[in-house]
Amino acid sequence: MDAMAIISIFVLAVFVGFEVVSKVSSTLHTPLMSGANAIHGVILVGAIIVADHSENNLELGLSLAAIVLATINMVGGFVVTDRMLEMFKPKKDASAAAKKEDEAAKGGQK
Amino acid sequence: MNSTIYSLIGLASGVAFILALKGLSHPKTARRGNLIGAFGATVATLSVFLYVTPSGEGTQAHSLPIHNLGWILGAIALGLIVGVPAARKVEMTQMPQLVALFNGVGGGAAALVAIVEYLNLGDTATTAEVIFTVFTVVVGCVSFSGSIITFMKLQELMTTRPVVFPGGRFVIAATLVAVLGVSVWVVTALGTTPLLVLALLSLLFGVLFVLPVGGADVPIVISLLNAFTGLTVAASGYVLSSTLLIIAGTLVGASGTILTRLMAEAMGRSLFGTLFGAFTAKPQAATGAQEERPVRSGSPDDVAILLNYARRVVIVPGFGLAVAQAQHTVRELADLMISKGIDVAYGIHPVAGRMPGHMNVLLAEANVPYDQLAEMDEVNPTFGQTDVAIVIGANDVVNPAAQTTPGCPIYGMPILEVNHAANIIFLKRSMRPGFAGIENELLYDPKTMLLFGDAKASLTKVVSALKAL
Repeated sequence: MDAMAIISIFVLAVFVGFEVVSKVSSTLHTPLMSGANAIHGVILVGAIIVADHSENNLELGLSLAAIVLATINMVGGFVVTDRMLEMFKPKKDASAAAKKEDEAAKGGQK
Repeated sequence: MNSTIYSLIGLASGVAFILALKGLSHPKTARRGNLIGAFGATVATLSVFLYVTPSGEGTQAHSLPIHNLGWILGAIALGLIVGVPAARKVEMTQMPQLVALFNGVGGGAAALVAIVEYLNLGDTATTAEVIFTVFTVVVGCVSFSGSIITFMKLQELMTTRPVVFPGGRFVIAATLVAVLGVSVWVVTALGTTPLLVLALLSLLFGVLFVLPVGGADVPIVISLLNAFTGLTVAASGYVLSSTLLIIAGTLVGASGTILTRLMAEAMGRSLFGTLFGAFTAKPQAATGAQEERPVRSGSPDDVAILLNYARRVVIVPGFGLAVAQAQHTVRELADLMISKGIDVAYGIHPVAGRMPGHMNVLLAEANVPYDQLAEMDEVNPTFGQTDVAIVIGANDVVNPAAQTTPGCPIYGMPILEVNHAANIIFLKRSMRPGFAGIENELLYDPKTMLLFGDAKASLTKVVSALKAL
């Protein structure tokens, strides 16, 4: 690929990256870190490409190990972030959910 | 599939990641943002199976299906079998460790990809390609071993205190010089042995780099390593001619850097101080004599009476609350006080828990609405009008030493100023100091009442006592 095009993409992406998270409240630091973490799991794409290009068993073995690790990073990251965010609810939903849960707990005690 | 469609899909996935990060910046849109990101990643992964990338300049792409398809699918299945249950079953209290671990395996994956790329580099490889490949190997290995150490610190498999040994900083500096030297060797010599040496040195550097960081500062390091891993992905994207990897990696690198800075600010630490503070900190004065001083401890009934006649109560939850699994009981107490007409707020320190924003996740799990959670800047000016501050399993984040004792490890960290409240109630298991290991003067303050015991048991007793009043 053209080096100039790559540098342009890189520089623009840096600014977009700075911009999108510059105003995030500390409430969301944990899910944001976890979500960003999941995004770099897309190295899975790179791992699959090198597995396709592998010319011997050593290269194939290393690429497959990379695929396993990248899958854990990507899928695990998105799943765990979703689990965290699922619980963030505004007042109305939260009290309704709380009531439901309390009733369920009471029902269990009977 | 032709290369234009493949590139467009890559671009669309890149846009999905931007929308994902944007969405994750606000509570209302966060979940949708994460799902958009997951969708983008899935589409990107599927697209590689349908388009064969040419390997290196001048070679033609072979026809579909891609080579080693069975192996590749098997490896993905294995990753799913390991990753999904881990993500589903983890306790919310252990979230920081899991994020560290996921980041580590991501860094490891990037390093492995780069090693294979390196083995595959033909004579036609440009110097830039070699340099980016070597960069990915180094930073990926540092991120991998560094994350494993942060995982062990958070999981308390090893000491959470900074690990400093004599001449430590010289060993680190020497390792760094060696890493750089060997990198130059690898770039010029293009040999497998130098690459192996480089990978091992980088792994060692990752370990040495994280060891001196104290337990409370570990999240900042995780965030930094997260940004590192992002950059390695971007560098891999250059070598593999993948626009998607460049965009995704750079986004994570940039947003991770900003996030690291925001976290460091929230803790009142400079990034440099976090990473190298352990080398410059003075040894602490012995605190043995202070432990003999008397404290005022109370019963659940005393606490209930105090609360019953309060007009404004601020609850300050800490990691001890989560350990005792007392989130639901706290919510019950807060609801009860609200029904009695008491003004109740939760004062959340940015680093309450083990990671910035961790406490919000833990309270959300107990269905506490996020609009009751007041951030430090909002709640601090109100402590003067607060009748009772209840500190549950927190210590360092309310320790006035951060403002009054220059030289103590948390000096300069912004705290929740509960010392301005008319009454302070501490729920504690023991007089043991907090995660940072510092004595808290506030425990001996005459307006402080201590309620010893398991946070959940104590709170349950307070709730029933308050109901009876």
